[in-house]
Amino acid sequence: MEITQALLSDIVHSALKRGATEAEVIALESNEFSVDIRLGEVETLEESASRGLGLRVIYEGRQASASTSDIQEKSLEKLVADAVEMARYTSVDEAAVLPSREELLRESETDLQLYDEAIAALPTERKIEIAQACEAAARTYDPRITNSEGARCSTTLGKMLLVTSSGFTGEYRGSNCGLMVAPIARDGDQMQLGGWGDRQRWLSKLDSPEEIGNEAARRALDKLGARKIATQEVPIVFDASMAAELLSSLFEAVSGESVFRRASFLVGKLDEMIAAPALTVIDDGCLPGAVGSRPFDGEGLPTRRTAVIENGVLRSYLLNTYTARKLGLRSTANAMRGLTGAPSVGVTNFYIAAGETPPEEIIASVKNGFYVTEQIGFGFNPVTGDYSRGASGRWIENGRLTSAVEEVTIAGNFREILRGIEMIGNDLRFRGNLAAPTLKINKMMVSGD
Amino acid sequence: MSLPIQFFTDNFNITVADIEKLLAVALSRGGDYADLYFEHSVLSNLSLDEQLIKSANRAISQGVGVRVISGERTGYAYCDEINPEAIRTAAITAAHIANSTADVAPVNVTAHDTPRNLYHVANPASEESLANKIEMLTRADRTARAYDPRIRQVQASLVDEYKVILIATSEGLLIGDFQPLVRMNVSCIADDDGNLQAGRTGGGGRAGLDVFVDQRSPEQFATAAARQAIVQLDAIEAPAGTMEVVLGPGWPGILLHEAVGHGLESDFNRKGTSAFSGMIGQKVASELCTIIDDGTIEGRRGSLNIDDEGHASSRTVLIENGILRGYLQDHLSASLTKAQQTGNGRRESYQCLPMPRMTNTFMLSGQDSPEDVIASVKRGLYAVNFGGGQVDITNGKFVFSTSEAYLIEDGKITAPVKGATLIGHGPSALTKVTAVGHDLALDQGVGLCGKSGQSVPVGVGLPTIKISEMTVGGTKG
Repeated sequence: MEITQALLSDIVHSALKRGATEAEVIALESNEFSVDIRLGEVETLEESASRGLGLRVIYEGRQASASTSDIQEKSLEKLVADAVEMARYTSVDEAAVLPSREELLRESETDLQLYDEAIAALPTERKIEIAQACEAAARTYDPRITNSEGARCSTTLGKMLLVTSSGFTGEYRGSNCGLMVAPIARDGDQMQLGGWGDRQRWLSKLDSPEEIGNEAARRALDKLGARKIATQEVPIVFDASMAAELLSSLFEAVSGESVFRRASFLVGKLDEMIAAPALTVIDDGCLPGAVGSRPFDGEGLPTRRTAVIENGVLRSYLLNTYTARKLGLRSTANAMRGLTGAPSVGVTNFYIAAGETPPEEIIASVKNGFYVTEQIGFGFNPVTGDYSRGASGRWIENGRLTSAVEEVTIAGNFREILRGIEMIGNDLRFRGNLAAPTLKINKMMVSGD
Repeated sequence: MSLPIQFFTDNFNITVADIEKLLAVALSRGGDYADLYFEHSVLSNLSLDEQLIKSANRAISQGVGVRVISGERTGYAYCDEINPEAIRTAAITAAHIANSTADVAPVNVTAHDTPRNLYHVANPASEESLANKIEMLTRADRTARAYDPRIRQVQASLVDEYKVILIATSEGLLIGDFQPLVRMNVSCIADDDGNLQAGRTGGGGRAGLDVFVDQRSPEQFATAAARQAIVQLDAIEAPAGTMEVVLGPGWPGILLHEAVGHGLESDFNRKGTSAFSGMIGQKVASELCTIIDDGTIEGRRGSLNIDDEGHASSRTVLIENGILRGYLQDHLSASLTKAQQTGNGRRESYQCLPMPRMTNTFMLSGQDSPEDVIASVKRGLYAVNFGGGQVDITNGKFVFSTSEAYLIEDGKITAPVKGATLIGHGPSALTKVTAVGHDLALDQGVGLCGKSGQSVPVGVGLPTIKISEMTVGGTKG
């Protein structure tokens, strides 16, 4: 059976007929391909098409959902019966509503350039060559690159359809291609892995296999000779990729789901100065051709540009319809839907606006500090803002990068980290849907020996 | 109980003859090995938040994955529809990895029973009434709120999964399993005049809802989560630097999972990319340490009758009295390195290739009394609860982050400290274990392990141990 808007409408009607007050059906379809190359040879080749349907119903203020990857008629009947039946048991929740007809996207005026025919047309042989070229670039970069975890080239062609009882019908397709590689450098007994990659909606925007391979090799080589350092409080420079990881932590604290439960250190801080005046953080679902762009969110609301932090002032949380109602605010169209469950809150393209300083100048400004190029672990608590993660990178002495550092942690509280941003780089580039330029923080605790 | 093949015959008309034909299609261009992985899973999720049952969800996920191995090359494809035509299309795609034209011998499979049954479930959770489940969540909410008036938010959830799998291989094996899994989680926010703190806990296993009694009752989970949030209200800055660390029993076993477990998975070792590569027979821990991965413990979250490649799960000694003894194998790595199967080939779903993964990973008890271990520390950290961890396999650096920890001063547990990340080096961290308690405990059953984008349920366990030096990532120098 083919998944069409008409099929989704039928399911909505069938749910209403069974007693649902409101109903929303989502369908996700995707064609996924990936090839892994290791030491020049094809290691795995994966190719599949998958699809699924999810139904959310509201029955007299009670919400429930069901999903299935089986779209035979008999399974769809069960899908509707399950959802409506479960909704009789959940509680009346006044915030659980579908967006009103007036809020919904009517028609998309702009072409967001989400789908690249060139990715759809890319033959398997070419994808194998791209991954091989990427790994080869990494392996031939330096004789100390002695091994590899391999390179992967992957493509996804997806389609999302959404139909709701409040009158929304929409669909869009999108493409995605990714290329990554993980070479290993060795010096004596020490082995170091350097991972690097890129992900874009358009093939032409993807960094070349050589650029990615060379950067991964440089990252592995830069880690050689790494040692622990003494515990001390120093300025920290996050390279652009690590600055982007700070955004995942910030998101947890500005997500409406944390805020309405008071599970965020940013509760009650709207329109207050929470960061250095130079910091502006944007979520923008309408950037043409960007990985996180989409015409409408998981509830059918038109996506938009939201300034989350503007010149250091907290301007907005990121909200879906539910969390917006809980907080007495309007949705920022950040509803994310998987097949199952109520919509959650997620980012579209979430980034720190670029500053004017070249990264080299930022490093040059540090007398004694730590340039962080990798972090591991999950040591962020959005409730308190406490941040503590494993880190590695290079030490900075008198404005120059010196020896490699590993097996240390960096720690601080996000309130101070945000206020302590001293310099913002001019090197913003999207590799996925989170992006940031190089950042300098005035001080964090580095724990080592 | 009927065999899993019967389930797929009854529901999808898949016969043994179909399976044999499909395996032949998978090998139609050559290859050393092929397998089919059938899966049907029903996942239910019920959650309470702000004293309301806000959502009830049910997800049905089904499909078949086809794998063809030719030397070190693997071809993989899957379909969501369980019918011979759809599987045949996937098999043709997966077959492209091989390119010989030799005639293929017919494939015959014989149905086998699982070697044991580790899941004793009187009533599968999927058949319990929603009203029963709601009552359990309500009990948790009530208990947490009654614990202290400063508990302002309580979230509780109950997730149950029932998975039927069937594996057919070109080596003639046809075997399946019915896998139940339940989990309850409680999290609380304490608010003391704007000082906000969180506490969370949970547990479960391969069992029915009747596992949620005694130490794993909704009341116990709720009390533990509420207590943790309240304790954190008084937390002071965590120390920064290298110091003695005592880990409590149970969930702190995540240390083993990150420090040694991942590094001993055979795929990394076969490729020479692990910090433990080539170290079998060498000393990687103090002689006090014996570390086991055991998928055969009844009812545990990480346990399995068979792995996702049809091999019986087993008990594998990873480290014996400090000496590295073995790796965790999947089919591919065991075949390529001529090693014995350990039953650790696991996958998240039919959409994924199997990989070597842990099951329940723990350290055996030693001789020391936990009180003496704590009393022996002049200045250090006592950590009893953790959030997640992570490891860089290649250089061996691993982290895990505390969610409940205390200072030890002059042999006594004193102030609670804020969450901090601990960091160490896998091949050397356990050489610094200087005391092992007699109190091995397994965790309550909430572990979820991620590798290459795939999540699988796992267990961990640890007795009280002392590590003579470890770096603690606090803020107080």
